[in-house]
Amino acid sequence: MSNRLADHVSCVPPSGIRKFFDIVSEMKDAISLGVGEPDFVTPWAYSDAAIYSLRTGHTHYTSNWGLLELRRAINNYQMSRFGLEYNPEKEILVTVGASEGIDLALRAIINPGDEVLVPEPSYVSYAPGVTFSHGVCVPVPTGAENGFRITPDALRAAITDKTKALILPYPNNPTGAILSKEDLEGLAEVLRGTDIIVISDEIYAELTYEGTHHSIAALPGMRNNTIVLNGFSKAFAMTGWRMGWACAPADIMNCMFKIHQYTMLCAPTTGQYAALEALKVNAANGFADVQKMTRAYDRRRRFLVKSLNEMGLDCFTPLGAFYVFPSVSSTGLGSEKFCEELLYAQKVAAVPGTAFGQSGEGHVRMSYATSMEKIEEAVKRIAAFVEK
Amino acid sequence: MLSELDINILEILQEDARTGMDKIAAMCGVSEDEAAKAIAEMERTGVILRYPAMINWDKVDRDSVEALIEVRVTPQRDQGFDVIAERIYRFDEVSSVYLMSGAYDLMVLVKGRTIKELALFVSEKLSTLEHVLSTATHFVLKKYKVDGVIISGATEDQRLKVTL
Repeated sequence: MSNRLADHVSCVPPSGIRKFFDIVSEMKDAISLGVGEPDFVTPWAYSDAAIYSLRTGHTHYTSNWGLLELRRAINNYQMSRFGLEYNPEKEILVTVGASEGIDLALRAIINPGDEVLVPEPSYVSYAPGVTFSHGVCVPVPTGAENGFRITPDALRAAITDKTKALILPYPNNPTGAILSKEDLEGLAEVLRGTDIIVISDEIYAELTYEGTHHSIAALPGMRNNTIVLNGFSKAFAMTGWRMGWACAPADIMNCMFKIHQYTMLCAPTTGQYAALEALKVNAANGFADVQKMTRAYDRRRRFLVKSLNEMGLDCFTPLGAFYVFPSVSSTGLGSEKFCEELLYAQKVAAVPGTAFGQSGEGHVRMSYATSMEKIEEAVKRIAAFVEK
Repeated sequence: MLSELDINILEILQEDARTGMDKIAAMCGVSEDEAAKAIAEMERTGVILRYPAMINWDKVDRDSVEALIEVRVTPQRDQGFDVIAERIYRFDEVSSVYLMSGAYDLMVLVKGRTIKELALFVSEKLSTLEHVLSTATHFVLKKYKVDGVIISGATEDQRLKVTL
């Protein structure tokens, strides 16, 4: 290999199912259950606030940290919803999506060779992020038998003297699994007394059904070793704005801040005003916007889970995010084969579970962030495919 | 007090009043009997009044005109605005009547075939009612959004087909 490229970057393989996506994108009248973002458009009040900010000349940098008013609003939001309290002046950073938060968190704490535990299946960015930070990603497989939750035993078994961090991505993309307060307590039990830092990616926190979201940072003794990542994309239907935030104890935040300051300067100003409006509006209306969208997702979730189970695609009941992760083993097809054949035979796109790690084999991810009409039509087509 | 189930059902029906009971039940995670019972109860108590279709009359090839009329009235001792409101809403031309805060008292929405018809209604029926002090009639020129529905139709799905 020539030295033109950085080894630790060029070694990361390109996404294996890119070709599959291209086929989906080209296909006319395909119904896609492959979309990982809300079908709702950003509530107009937030967009309008952004437009107003432009009209009034708020087109400059903000503080590297982000608008103080926004950081205060974030703190109030997290206190009221999740019982988390951070100092808006030195423990909360406004980031370019939770994605930047993942990168900052990893780069701030990883030394070359440090191991980072990542439950699998999980969102696709963690492993490359670890590699880019010169760390070593250690997948911790989870399965339907445990509701795709990482168990205290599996965690304990994966810990070595090189373990630096645990990424805790719940509610989980792609499985829809959540961790209850008891689940978190079990993990905290293993982690207390270690120096392992938890990177808790809570981007789907608001999309928790039949209960409420709990953050591991709120458990006794965990705050000082936890980085909380969240954002506006999923709960407030603001994916394109790229607005997120990170919370961490001051020493870690200081390091994350340094990277952010020198690489990003600040999150986009216009987006910050939209985000601020989102929190203001919802604080004023009792989170009516969020709840209305969440109820709509919840209804589709129930409908889709019931429909899939009825057609013999065994479906663990997801309690968070907007994905179902049924097993396709009853069809005798592997994940990728199932998705490919379903697409060609019935023009329905789902994402193979293997896109999210090897332990996703035998499953596919279907997103219900799609209109009820499309979900119904998709269900009919999938049933016709499965019957054959 | 409406339950979470009731609210879910109302949101489903408001979106599509023809949604089948099996689908409603599946979406709410209850049996069809439970869903039907909840709906029957809301019909009984008047939470659900009717199941009309939302029609875009502009697409219908016949003359129609609508106006919004601000009406100032003298409220009646013991009866407030209710009696005068009733005398107004009894007219077939009247499609909605609201009691308002602010510069006038009743907002009256009227529908007719021609401007002349509505003009006659205002000048001969409404203005001459006892206790009506004044009216201000505004004709509707174009509707953009009605009861949460944008008339020009939904915008296309702008999302990428697949994202992880």
